[in-house]
Amino acid sequence: MGTTEDGSGRSRTVTSAQREGSQAAPGVHSAPGNRGAQNQGVAAAGTAAATDAATGAGAATPRSRLNHTPGAGTARADAINAGRHEMLTDTLRKQIKSLAERGLKRPRIGADAVCEALLAQGVDVFFGFPGGVLLPLYDVLGDYPELRHILVRHEQGASHAADGYARASGRVGVCLGTSGPGATNLVTGIGNAMLDSVPMVAITGNVVSSLLGKDAFQEIDITGITLPCTKHNYLVSDPNDIPRVFAEAFHIAATGRPGPVHIDITKDALMGACTALHPETLDLPGFKPKFEGNFRQVKLAAQEIANAERPVILAGHGVLISNATEELRQFAEKAQIPVAHTLLGVSAMDETHPLSLGWVGMHGWKHVNRAIQSADLLIALGMRFDDRVTGHVPTFAPYARIIHVDIDPAEIGKNVAVEIPIVGDVKRVLTALLPLVPAVASERRAAYLKELAEWRVESEKMPWHGSGAWRNGQLSADFVVCKIGEATQHDATIVADVGQNQMWTARYAGFRRPNSHISSGGLGTMGFGLPAAMGAAMGRPDKETWAIVGDGGLQMTSQELMTLVQDHIPVRIALLDNHKLGMIRQWQELIYAGNYHSSHLLGPDWLKLAEAYGVAGFRATTPEEVEPAIAAARAVDGPALVHFVIAEEQNVFPMMPAGKGLSDLLEEQFEEPKQ
Amino acid sequence: MSPAGATPNGPSPANPAHAAPAHTAPPPRALPGHGETHRHVLVAIVLNKPGVLNRVASLMRARNFNIETLAVSHTDQPEVSRMTITLRGDDVAVEQAAKQLYRLIDVLKVQDVTADPIVEHEIALIKVRAHEHNRGEVLTIAEMYKARVVDLAAESLIVEATGTEAEVDALIALLRGFGIKELVRSGTVVMSRGAGSIEEAVKR
Repeated sequence: MGTTEDGSGRSRTVTSAQREGSQAAPGVHSAPGNRGAQNQGVAAAGTAAATDAATGAGAATPRSRLNHTPGAGTARADAINAGRHEMLTDTLRKQIKSLAERGLKRPRIGADAVCEALLAQGVDVFFGFPGGVLLPLYDVLGDYPELRHILVRHEQGASHAADGYARASGRVGVCLGTSGPGATNLVTGIGNAMLDSVPMVAITGNVVSSLLGKDAFQEIDITGITLPCTKHNYLVSDPNDIPRVFAEAFHIAATGRPGPVHIDITKDALMGACTALHPETLDLPGFKPKFEGNFRQVKLAAQEIANAERPVILAGHGVLISNATEELRQFAEKAQIPVAHTLLGVSAMDETHPLSLGWVGMHGWKHVNRAIQSADLLIALGMRFDDRVTGHVPTFAPYARIIHVDIDPAEIGKNVAVEIPIVGDVKRVLTALLPLVPAVASERRAAYLKELAEWRVESEKMPWHGSGAWRNGQLSADFVVCKIGEATQHDATIVADVGQNQMWTARYAGFRRPNSHISSGGLGTMGFGLPAAMGAAMGRPDKETWAIVGDGGLQMTSQELMTLVQDHIPVRIALLDNHKLGMIRQWQELIYAGNYHSSHLLGPDWLKLAEAYGVAGFRATTPEEVEPAIAAARAVDGPALVHFVIAEEQNVFPMMPAGKGLSDLLEEQFEEPKQ
Repeated sequence: MSPAGATPNGPSPANPAHAAPAHTAPPPRALPGHGETHRHVLVAIVLNKPGVLNRVASLMRARNFNIETLAVSHTDQPEVSRMTITLRGDDVAVEQAAKQLYRLIDVLKVQDVTADPIVEHEIALIKVRAHEHNRGEVLTIAEMYKARVVDLAAESLIVEATGTEAEVDALIALLRGFGIKELVRSGTVVMSRGAGSIEEAVKR
């Protein structure tokens, strides 16, 4: 292919193809396929075979070859060749650059539209990792200093950080990855955001649009991959689509039931001139979330609540998402109803509030599960009856009628049949419900609440190792988590990883501020903790941020320690190290008859690792060392890691075995195991 | 769905002698969807955008709904397409499928028209083995089903049949005796009877 002056790639290749075509024309044996166009391959092959036969028979004609461009001469073939050339030479970039060097204003390209769109949406920080097709974007990023880009060490970290940012701040998190592996690495975090309804916009680059489907370098059908794990996704190949697509994506991600939206942008769309303006109105006829609950249903719910003797509120993530924590408190106080919450509903209500009951489900508190099982009315707010909440559905809340409030109509009746469904935003439904619910005098519930309080006393002392010592005086994880909560006055953002550490965090840290608890609920993504804490610290820089992680999860994403140092992100990491994949080991002990396969794992010397990364490291191996180590980590300006060497075989109790119900909890045996 | 009306598949004590008194025995909670399985017809009005068929198909696969037939075409508005989906399931499962479809951003409307008064048709082309001795029989059967012959050869003919799925099934069953060489069916398309229009709500 000729390399002449930098002109438009298309016209140059057309010329060269024509030249080749005209050269081939006089050749006696040139195959018709050469002249290309839509000529059938079969015909061309047939002619070629005939030619070979003739040559074999001894004809002294020169050998010919096909033009190596399939379908040469067609506009499509030319575009493909131009695309390949562009991928290798960045011709367009040179053009733009040379204009700027000559003091001319450089044209606005697709990458500029991306940056403008991010700024228009109020994005101040995003997380990404560059790559070949994203270079046009990174080329202009320097022109937008208001956009802070955090360079992660692995794209999974970028998507988890965007997730943590979104949950801590309530705004849309943004992550960025290049085509191919960069994009596939984002997928775990996108799926995590999907299952936990977190607003996120994930941006990926893709190869030049004419090469789509050619298996070009680092090309993968990423929109095909993210289709089932996003709320919506886009493939953009025209720079003028960028403003509209970004406006739609942020709207879809944050409105109604939030979720991740993925935008895949081809390299030519990033580099091409963009004249489109950012839209002020959106045209999304298929996206009309219903916010107001049906008033008739709300009235029915109010009647049910007035008649209930043992009602329980089940608060889910939706309460936090719709910012309805204040409405929840008012509602609970007016009707004197205790509030239980799901794992993602932790921090929806101040845990010190007298009506706050606690966490329900597989590893929830026994008294909460008992309250659910004895309730005559469940008021489920912004939650989806996950199997970790209900256990075996036929035995779940056997005496209760259910009011289910959710903004997603598909959640109604999906897992559990409910008597009174209300589709709407929790905040607006509670606002409508509040005046309709008669105020209940505390005396009417006195006996009920007293019974729950008795159950609570019994339940809270059962698996509690308040001395910090588990069997044989080994350091107990619940004690460590509790001390972190106390040291931070229950005001820090605490991000859990997945597994036992997550359960201990939700049970014992003590949450008082909305959105101060961040956890990977639906997808259960090990490795989530550290990068999500990184994002949470960026989202709420006014609050202290702790990541409580296990040694298994931290080894999945420990490379982000370097990001903390490079960008000076003050995350304190509490590493609960039991040299085990703790929850795996617990299941193997309790359900798989002690067949401990692959649940023991080695870790590095964590203090040396921290030192190698330039992170301040501390260690605590006894209960006495816990508080000083936490205090030392809090005193560090910047990231810090505390290595808590905890008991290796401590389990999280109570536990609802899979397939069983909330009444079938396993509890800790206090006697020493018999040798 | 009231818990009292549910199938009794809740906890049953292993030993009846230790069963709790009847008045405290919790009634089992109903799982959604214990109804009978029926054929349902869903009409989805969707935006005519690249990939929308993939979104619908991918969702139905991921949510474990089994599509029996699917017919897609433009509507009167070029930017809007219409899908007719038939699937089997109980009422709750199909309602869930419709709700999940409605979550898609490109889906404007989903309606289960199974119980509505509708005109329902599909077209089938059936290439039947037929020679001069029995061609008359084939033609008679085709005529009875208001089907027509659209191609005729010495050894075969093509019958074009339209009607409901059940009518086409019945004709195919009769023609099978002659030997079916090739069969293609378009999948059901439906339209509500009367002046009402499924598309009306999404007209812009």
